[in-house]
Amino acid sequence: MRHTISMLLENEAGALSRVAGLFSARGYNIESLTVAPTEDATLSRLTLVTSGSEDVIEQITKQLNKLVDVVKLVDLTEGQHIEREMLLIKIKASGAARNEVNRLVQEYQGRIIDETDATCTIELTDTSSRLDAFVKAVNHADIIEVVRSGVSGIARGEKSLRV
Amino acid sequence: MELTGADIFVRCLADEGVEFVFGYPGGAALHIYDALYRQDKVKHILVRHEQGAAHAADGYARATGRPGVVLVTSGPGVTNTVTGIATAYMDSIPLVIFSGQVATSLIGDDAFQEVDAVGITRPCVKHNFLVKDVRDLASTIKKAFYIASTGRPGPVLVDIPKDVTAHKCEYAYPKSVSMRSYIPVSEGDPGQIRKAVDLMLSAKRPMIYTGGGIVLGEASAALTELVRLLNYPCTNTLMGLGAYPATDPLFVGMLGMHGTYEANMAMHECDVLIGIGARFDDRVTGDLNKFCPHARIIHVDVDPASISKNVPVEVPVVGAAGPVMREMIKLIKASKQQPDQAALSAWWKQIDQWRALNCLDYDHDSKLIKPQYVLEKLYEITQGDAYITSDVGQHQMWAAQYYKFDKPRRWINSGGLGTMGFGLPAAMGVKMAFPQATVCCVTGEASIQMCIQELSTCKQYDLPIKIVNLNNRYMGMVRQWQEFFYDRRYSHSYMDALPDFVKLTEAYGHVGLKIEQPGDVEGAIKEALKLKDRLVFMDFITDQTENVYPMIAAGKGHNEMHLKPCKAVVPTDRELA
Repeated sequence: MRHTISMLLENEAGALSRVAGLFSARGYNIESLTVAPTEDATLSRLTLVTSGSEDVIEQITKQLNKLVDVVKLVDLTEGQHIEREMLLIKIKASGAARNEVNRLVQEYQGRIIDETDATCTIELTDTSSRLDAFVKAVNHADIIEVVRSGVSGIARGEKSLRV
Repeated sequence: MELTGADIFVRCLADEGVEFVFGYPGGAALHIYDALYRQDKVKHILVRHEQGAAHAADGYARATGRPGVVLVTSGPGVTNTVTGIATAYMDSIPLVIFSGQVATSLIGDDAFQEVDAVGITRPCVKHNFLVKDVRDLASTIKKAFYIASTGRPGPVLVDIPKDVTAHKCEYAYPKSVSMRSYIPVSEGDPGQIRKAVDLMLSAKRPMIYTGGGIVLGEASAALTELVRLLNYPCTNTLMGLGAYPATDPLFVGMLGMHGTYEANMAMHECDVLIGIGARFDDRVTGDLNKFCPHARIIHVDVDPASISKNVPVEVPVVGAAGPVMREMIKLIKASKQQPDQAALSAWWKQIDQWRALNCLDYDHDSKLIKPQYVLEKLYEITQGDAYITSDVGQHQMWAAQYYKFDKPRRWINSGGLGTMGFGLPAAMGVKMAFPQATVCCVTGEASIQMCIQELSTCKQYDLPIKIVNLNNRYMGMVRQWQEFFYDRRYSHSYMDALPDFVKLTEAYGHVGLKIEQPGDVEGAIKEALKLKDRLVFMDFITDQTENVYPMIAAGKGHNEMHLKPCKAVVPTDRELA
């Protein structure tokens, strides 16, 4: 099953490689991983998406918690939560094709953030599956470049992950 | 007054109470070596290879319970310690390794003797640090010792660039340390301990299985009290030997791949398994699908990640072995429920039947020296009171089987990583810690050659270690597997062109003895022990064909042991109360 695990990390050099190294050393999957500093400059927030049986997920969270740089950790999948991912996509769009692109962007509530006569670059923030759907909806031959941020997540309601 | 990083470094070690640093100098560490020269609180032991430094510090840590300290230079200095660091990591041994690094301005430039020490060691340390500012040096060293020695212990590496050791700042060693991201547990959850005790007391066929966590947690006294209070059988893993006195009748021997018949059969047949400070390693469990098929399992461990990692557990207790067992003892004493004595006595009757097989018996009439005989004699002559270090292979298993450890921290071996070359340098660390004690290194002609250069260190520091070399001219354990599983194709397991160990030892300035007849074994050991001030290398020419029994082959369960060919398998009595 797919799990989204979110954690606060000491904002130290090498902290990210400890997390990534743990996954490769123990043979766990990482589907996506995002990390950036928080409002507290000493902390980074890292969200990763992984998959595995319940036993494997339990081991992953225990092993992550064991890393000295991991301050706090939550498996967001255990509760109600929101996930978002950002997509930047550059596609060929000249002439009549431009209308189709505009229609898709409107339907998915994206934004055109850069245009040339031949191309257009779109930004779209949504759930991963909605981004998948958008990419699928674009004519495959027209795709020049796809950039995805990986999933960020946060718990719904008053629950929070803080020090 | 401001001090240089190098002076701060040695002050930190002194303030941390470090007695010995095992190390080897080199360019990036020279400011530190200069500072060591100008002080007399911390004693530096110069090894002959950095791997030896890591193992020696490890041996010191295993024997004393205090963190071992290593100091090496950058590049090859630190890469040579990696095997030693991984050895300590697998067995949860507290080590603090200091490596010199090229100056901060050169890091990343592929400078001379530069290596990413933090990157290379990351998978085999509990934690590691790169100190970039001299003002962080003292607090980082404090953290390193704290992390290495608390919770589930382990090695911590501190990489110190050369310019940091030259820069100056005010020195103050932190009195205490608190880290928001590292808070080791000690006490177990009272509710879980209560559940565990209820299950323990309901057992008809209980089994107590304990490991290195008892030794590391200084919990032998608590374990002994708990086992005797319950009158339950107790087995120790390879790492846990000595945690429960081996000569006690409630002890059924080591378990696992080369465990005793009675220990493994009791594991297979038990209905409640109480695992404490052990991690259900594959050499202990055999095939997981066949592991303890009738048992409900309790697992006490200080590391939550060890629980239900390999074997699903019914009652997990996260906590240090000592405090948890003391709480268990209190609850058992206060409990109305008590063990079912009739069931327990039937269980013991069954265990005694298994024990009667005498699975460790061997041929006493052989014209060749049996390795088991050497170890039995070593045990008798040292009255079970020596520190025994070992290398890895058949001799290690025989030492574990035939030397009965009644005290913790006497049995010093590389259990998890299985590092050949560990024994001699580890013995140096033990002898440094306990100069008056008898320290023996049980080894083989293959293992001993992996760190043989440390004989020179032993000479320099007058370390009268007794080396028991069980020389069968083979990598014995490899040969045994090739005999059993590869149709006797002894591929590259024969040790040809062996050195004359007596001459070699003499060349290093020690005493060498070659023993070729069973009748000379006892005399040689006695003679070696009599030479109190000399290192003695006893080269026992042993029976080449001897194998380690019992043995659980890959994919087999505890009840499917290979026994010595002369031993018939006693059928299991499943008609227990």
